[in-house]
Amino acid sequence: MSIDVIIFLGLAAVAIASAVSMLISRNAIYSAIFLVMNFITVAVLYLLLNAAFIALVQVTVYAGAIMVLFLFVIMLLGAEHVETSRKLPWQLPVALIFGLILVGEFGLMLYTRMDVLAESVQSVVEGFGSPASVGSELFRTYLIPFEITSVLLLVAMVGAIVLSRNERKESR
Amino acid sequence: MNIPTTYLLALSGVMFTLGVLGVLIRRNTIVIFMSIELMLNSANLAFISFARQFSELPGQVFVFFVIAVAAAEVAVGLALIVTIFKTRHSIDIDQINKLRG
Amino acid sequence: MASIEVGVNGGLFSFAPLIIFLPILGLLINIIVGRRFGERFTGAVACTAVGLSFAVAVLQFIALRGHPEGVNVMVADWITIGTLDVAWSLKIDTLSVAMVLMVTGVSTLIHIYAVGYMHEDVRFQGDPGRYTRFFVFFNLFVASMMVLVTANNFLMMFVGWEGVGLCSYLLIGFWFEKGEDGIGNAVAGKKAFITNRIGDFGFLIAMFLVFWQFGSLEFDQVFTSAQAAGAAVGGVATAITLFLLLGATGKSAQIPLFVWLPDAMAGPTPVSALIHAATMVTAGIYMIARNHVLFELAPFSSTMVAIVGGATALFAATIAVGQFDIKRVLAYSTISQLGFMVAAVGLGAYVAGMFHLVTHAFFKALLFLSAGSVIQGIEHGHHHIEHGKEATGPPFDPQDMRNMGGLRSKMKITFWVYLIGALTLSGIPPLAGFFSKDEILADASHANPAVYWLLAIAAFFTAFYMGRQILMVFFGKPRSEAAAHAMENPPVMTVPLIALASLSVLGGILNLPGVHSLTDWLHHTLEHVHAGEFNFIVAGFSTLLALLAITLAYLIYGRTKMKKGEPDPLRKILGPIFVGMHNKWWVDELYDLLIIRPYVALAAFFADIVDWRFWHDWFHDSVLARGFRGLAWWLSQAFDLRVIDGIANGLADVTKGVAARLRTLQTGYVRNYALSVFAGVILVLGYFLFR
Repeated sequence: MSIDVIIFLGLAAVAIASAVSMLISRNAIYSAIFLVMNFITVAVLYLLLNAAFIALVQVTVYAGAIMVLFLFVIMLLGAEHVETSRKLPWQLPVALIFGLILVGEFGLMLYTRMDVLAESVQSVVEGFGSPASVGSELFRTYLIPFEITSVLLLVAMVGAIVLSRNERKESR
Repeated sequence: MNIPTTYLLALSGVMFTLGVLGVLIRRNTIVIFMSIELMLNSANLAFISFARQFSELPGQVFVFFVIAVAAAEVAVGLALIVTIFKTRHSIDIDQINKLRG
Repeated sequence: MASIEVGVNGGLFSFAPLIIFLPILGLLINIIVGRRFGERFTGAVACTAVGLSFAVAVLQFIALRGHPEGVNVMVADWITIGTLDVAWSLKIDTLSVAMVLMVTGVSTLIHIYAVGYMHEDVRFQGDPGRYTRFFVFFNLFVASMMVLVTANNFLMMFVGWEGVGLCSYLLIGFWFEKGEDGIGNAVAGKKAFITNRIGDFGFLIAMFLVFWQFGSLEFDQVFTSAQAAGAAVGGVATAITLFLLLGATGKSAQIPLFVWLPDAMAGPTPVSALIHAATMVTAGIYMIARNHVLFELAPFSSTMVAIVGGATALFAATIAVGQFDIKRVLAYSTISQLGFMVAAVGLGAYVAGMFHLVTHAFFKALLFLSAGSVIQGIEHGHHHIEHGKEATGPPFDPQDMRNMGGLRSKMKITFWVYLIGALTLSGIPPLAGFFSKDEILADASHANPAVYWLLAIAAFFTAFYMGRQILMVFFGKPRSEAAAHAMENPPVMTVPLIALASLSVLGGILNLPGVHSLTDWLHHTLEHVHAGEFNFIVAGFSTLLALLAITLAYLIYGRTKMKKGEPDPLRKILGPIFVGMHNKWWVDELYDLLIIRPYVALAAFFADIVDWRFWHDWFHDSVLARGFRGLAWWLSQAFDLRVIDGIANGLADVTKGVAARLRTLQTGYVRNYALSVFAGVILVLGYFLFR
């Protein structure tokens, strides 16, 4: 077992553990913190997978901006806890069974396709995934989608503002 | 770094399943939202893995877009949650069952 | 019998269709603009149309002198179905042209007379607007008669046959709102029409038999094949001719279908003249003459025709004696004279029959128009006195001879022409009626003595009732204020009378004994005609009879002046026989009892019992309506409510039930929905994995 695999297994264990912790934490604040931890772990994986730029974006946008927003909203609403009323008693076991099935399917799929993936691994060129190369790709090939994304963000911003402002006049 | 892509995809799958379970099990709307982010994250991991597997840069560019869209989504989604909370004074997903037939 | 076809370039013959189309043109003009241009225009158009028609007939006469065998003038194709090929083709031969000349000539004079008469009549009856209508009908009458006479096949003849029937109905009922109970004239018109229909039925059956036997309706073909077949078709020919006889009895007012003719007096006097003299009633005689070939093949039918004619002649003559209505006397006289003609054609004396037809047209038109003149003179007088005093007592009847008398000095022209007409009718030599009637009697004397005696006695009665009429109307003292103030009519009415009187006097020239111009003329059409030799015994005897009858009439009516309100002197002499004569031997009553009452009862039975009770009440109401209602009830209650509504409601219930169960799936919990989506994802993924 190579060092790489050991590192990967360690990171994977942290990621899964943080994800599970997020899942089972009663306090939403904790869930958010565990998710940040998961994101950062994945960002490390990105770094190891020749995706430095994406890794940085992951840390700044996801773990930074988005999760801060989450925390902000949780604290704003004071919605750390949701009272436990068992309205859907069979939801949890069914969900677990379905989850197991899904994992089984994933596993089966990977097992049957493993050889193809192992054989076709290609050597990565120098500078692959660097901010320079990704930026050049973005502003050359994907210029229009990039601009559209900016418009999308603008629309989302306006939408968020419109949704969350106090509209007294609307109440009839 | 020499990790078989299969391993990465397996991790991605597990994380995705955990995200799904979060959506299905948790009743806190914000946590459900966070689970969705987890699922997106696992998908991003799969993209990055394949980008390295086939040395294709568009895979990473796509992740960039996914993150951008997710940011927009989170902005709107959290605004919606705030609005819902203002009217119903709860973020319990089970309280929001007006669509019951 | 061989006749040539004539197309467009047939010389004078090509004008032949104008005989029909000129009156039609006249009536069309009158229909469209007649009212706008007034009475003078209407009268002028109608008279001109018929007069021109007469002129064309004269042209045909001239043309026929070069082609005495006759021609067929094609007008139009009409019906072509299988072997039936009927064209509207005019048969121009000596027989038809003789008829056409007579009809158009006399009609022209009657038209001219009618211009004056109707001018008064529409005012007397109180509707001047009908003046135009009258002349439209009049022209149509002439046109129909022309169609009948010029037809070269049975079907076209039937068209004319029906046409004159229709026109007689229209004209007899011309003042349809007048008469007895306000519908008397209309009833008279109806009677004429229905009685004619019975005859038309006979004609139709005969026509069917002709087509069935001979495969054609064209006269020439039928007669040729009938002659070729000879006695082989005797039975069918007898049937055909008997049915034709039935048709003739209807149209020419013979026993038993004569009852309509006296009632036809309801029409204005020119109509009576037109029907009696010129057009309608002669159709039957003409038809028999036209079909002489068939009648010659059927001796039995011919004998029947002769007997019917003789019987009618005598029977009608006796009735005429007992009538007081001036026009009714003439009506029965017409029937009687038609009996003479029918007897003549029945005895094979076609020329004599046609000869009498023509002369009779002259003097009977004369008599009717004179009678009209008398009536209008009386009406004038009546109006004259009406101005002075209030109308009292029963309504005045200007046609009743008991209200007349002493008109000789008041209406001189009318008296003289009436006298001429009466003497002609009585058969006094050398007037036209003498020759024509005598020819019939001469033929009858050696063909069928029984018929001869019938006719001779009828001739005696004829002279008697004409003498009676003359004496009652023109001699003695006026028996009413109106008669005392009667006055002569304008020249437009008297001039045609004078013309007709001249024709009555001179008509005998047509077929003078020894000259036989009409016989020669008709010989081209009617073979086997024989120039009736003048029989001095017969002629002398009939003249003697006529003079005797006139003398007798003078003894009864002339010697002792009849007083006002006094019963007929003949009443005392003959007693109940006169009552019988006066009441027309109760023929109408007999028909009423034998035919009309049972018929009405049968109709009532059909209407009340069969139609109303059975058909309406029982079948419609009980069976149909109730059955339908039951069916409808069953459909609505059992079928519609249970089955149809059941299906519809069932569908609705099923949908509702399914929906009620399905809606529980819509828990409203987002996590449930998410679970469903997740299940779907798993299934799809599994599908891709294991396919």
